[in-house]
Amino acid sequence: MELTGAEALIESLKKEGVEHIFGYPGGAVLPIYDALYKEKAIQHILTRHEQGAAHAADGYARVTGKVGVCMATSGPGATNLITGIATAYMDSIPIVAITGQVATALIGRDSFQEADVTGITQPITKHNYLVKNAEDIPQIIKEAFHIAKSGRPGPVVIDIAKDAQTKKFKFKYPDKIDLPGYKPTLKGHPRQIKAAAKMISICQRPVIYAGGGIIISGATKELKEFAEKMNIPVTTTMMGLGAFPDDHELALHMLGMHGTAYANYAVQECDLLIAIGARFDDRVTGHLATFAPKAKHIHIDIDPAEIGKNVQVDVPIVGDAKQTLRDLIAKVEIERGKHEAWLKQIEEWKKKYPLTYKKGKYLKPQYVVEMIYQVTKGEAIICTEVGQNQMWAAQYYKFNKPRTWVSSGGLGTMGYGFPAAIGAQVGKPDAIVFDIAGDGSIQMNIQEMVTAVNNKLPIKIAVLNNCYLGMVRQWQELLYEKRYSATDLYNNPDLVKVAEAFGAAAMRITKPEEVKKALEKALKIKDRPVLMDFAVNKEENVFPFVPPGQAINEMLID
Amino acid sequence: MKHTISVIVENKPGVLHRVSGLFSRRGFNIESLAVGTTDNPEISRMTIVAEGDEQTLEQIIKQLYKQIDVLKVFDLPAEEAVERELALIKVHASEKTRGEITQIVDIFKARIIDVAQDSLTIEISAEKHKVEDMQKLLEKFGIQELVRTGKIALQRGPSTSSGQGGKE
Repeated sequence: MELTGAEALIESLKKEGVEHIFGYPGGAVLPIYDALYKEKAIQHILTRHEQGAAHAADGYARVTGKVGVCMATSGPGATNLITGIATAYMDSIPIVAITGQVATALIGRDSFQEADVTGITQPITKHNYLVKNAEDIPQIIKEAFHIAKSGRPGPVVIDIAKDAQTKKFKFKYPDKIDLPGYKPTLKGHPRQIKAAAKMISICQRPVIYAGGGIIISGATKELKEFAEKMNIPVTTTMMGLGAFPDDHELALHMLGMHGTAYANYAVQECDLLIAIGARFDDRVTGHLATFAPKAKHIHIDIDPAEIGKNVQVDVPIVGDAKQTLRDLIAKVEIERGKHEAWLKQIEEWKKKYPLTYKKGKYLKPQYVVEMIYQVTKGEAIICTEVGQNQMWAAQYYKFNKPRTWVSSGGLGTMGYGFPAAIGAQVGKPDAIVFDIAGDGSIQMNIQEMVTAVNNKLPIKIAVLNNCYLGMVRQWQELLYEKRYSATDLYNNPDLVKVAEAFGAAAMRITKPEEVKKALEKALKIKDRPVLMDFAVNKEENVFPFVPPGQAINEMLID
Repeated sequence: MKHTISVIVENKPGVLHRVSGLFSRRGFNIESLAVGTTDNPEISRMTIVAEGDEQTLEQIIKQLYKQIDVLKVFDLPAEEAVERELALIKVHASEKTRGEITQIVDIFKARIIDVAQDSLTIEISAEKHKVEDMQKLLEKFGIQELVRTGKIALQRGPSTSSGQGGKE
């Protein structure tokens, strides 16, 4: 079958099971968009900015577990994807970003809309390709999807020269991949598993520190079984929310800078820290030298480069989380009821230092999140922006299932949540999808409101509007003597009017007693997005708060 | 501490950028870098001399392994390797000094590869410190131009990069 490069690309994407592409057209991808025009099996979702397309592909990948696909033209189209690609890279999210490139004869001549996309994306991709020959397209697509989703997942960029999109050749989709330099280790070394099992069987005060790797590897069932069998409490990173049920008696909830006091105390007092699919990020560890000072460390990760990167590890295990947990469950025997004293201590901390906030007559952002949890019965997919909104969502929504938390962890990208919610809603059309936002963040990709309206996506946008860049203001309050430099958003636009102008439903909520009714009303709107502008207490802070560079048990609780 | 790192890579576009970029991003300064194909034209070998602490080196080797086009990476300790560097040195030579220069060339087992009215071009292939010693001795005659390849190295004895270790 003779196909153009562009047609071959579409056929190859179909072979990989792609049903949705988030993208924005332009000169250097015209042949691809022409091939898409007649295509029925793939739905193209036009965003209003390429950054929105990249985040949507990322959100789609996080909730479905499939590879998200985004597309943009050369030059500015591709550079507008960069923040989205970097966000996916930091959080190990499988996306394939397809960009057009100027024709091969024009490459390197500073041609119109030319940018060195493989060069620019090299430090923020798992791998990338510049395609100059149409014949290479099928093999590269096959490889790209394999690389994006296997091992430690990550974004792959495919930059395709325009002439490679138009040239015809005999299309055949390969059935084999030959990547001699890429063989992820899935099975942990038996000797290390044995060493870990021994350490677990003799420890007195163990804590499991579970990260996003649990969710990526689909190991939530194994994690629960492991924790229950060994009677070990579990704290999760922000990326690991949903990896372990928040309503479980062994749950310590999130640790780190804005983690629960009892999770941080438990980590600082434990004698064995079992890190699974987590990477000892500075927002988790605080001052590194003081982190878990009494503990031996077992570190399970699929990426060997993560082990020993930030902390010295006693037992390193390179392997897939699910597989390794299964091996450990089979290996370790422990009588039930062990660690009772330790668990009792943790119970005391939980009672003494619960996650809480001061209720009053003002509308509190934490209360809004609690009510979202209540009216959705914990069944929603929660996307967030970055800042206080993100932390309150992480703290006060209870996550019991994987792939229901969609938030930019590593890169901390403001403007991520809303386009990610679009991707999430496209991927899970029947789910209730929320974007918990701040008034600062929502304005960073507000143009995607029209994308949500056009596609009839009933996303619920809950703006915790404090007329500040709240998290930065909080740091200025606590660390810079209240010098609120450039954080006062007093001249915000009327977000209700903005949403309505885009064709979305919108409401403003100013009193606590209006919250529940507004949320219930929002849940009934099924044919378009709805923005709820919650006028929350302006100078509310996120607590607990571990000031940067401090040990995680030196937190400010209120 | 100085390390000699051999990186065996697939000979694909952009691979040099990938490898060298990793060094600079992780705060490791490259002192020299030599690249060329191996006996297999699809595979290249980079020899990189860089300075940094053990932990950073370990991290870099692991990060290098993560690159799809990287097939193998190893740290080559000096005592386990044969190492050479090639230099071409153009030195000022008058009728008076020509004899003395030729003597130095003989002592170092170097070669004169180009002769002109008032200059000589010398080729030396040796261990790095010998290249530097010779350079010092020639300085007084006036070095006009000098180029060095950077170090290349192979393991001593029968073991080869394709036979040893490998990507896990």
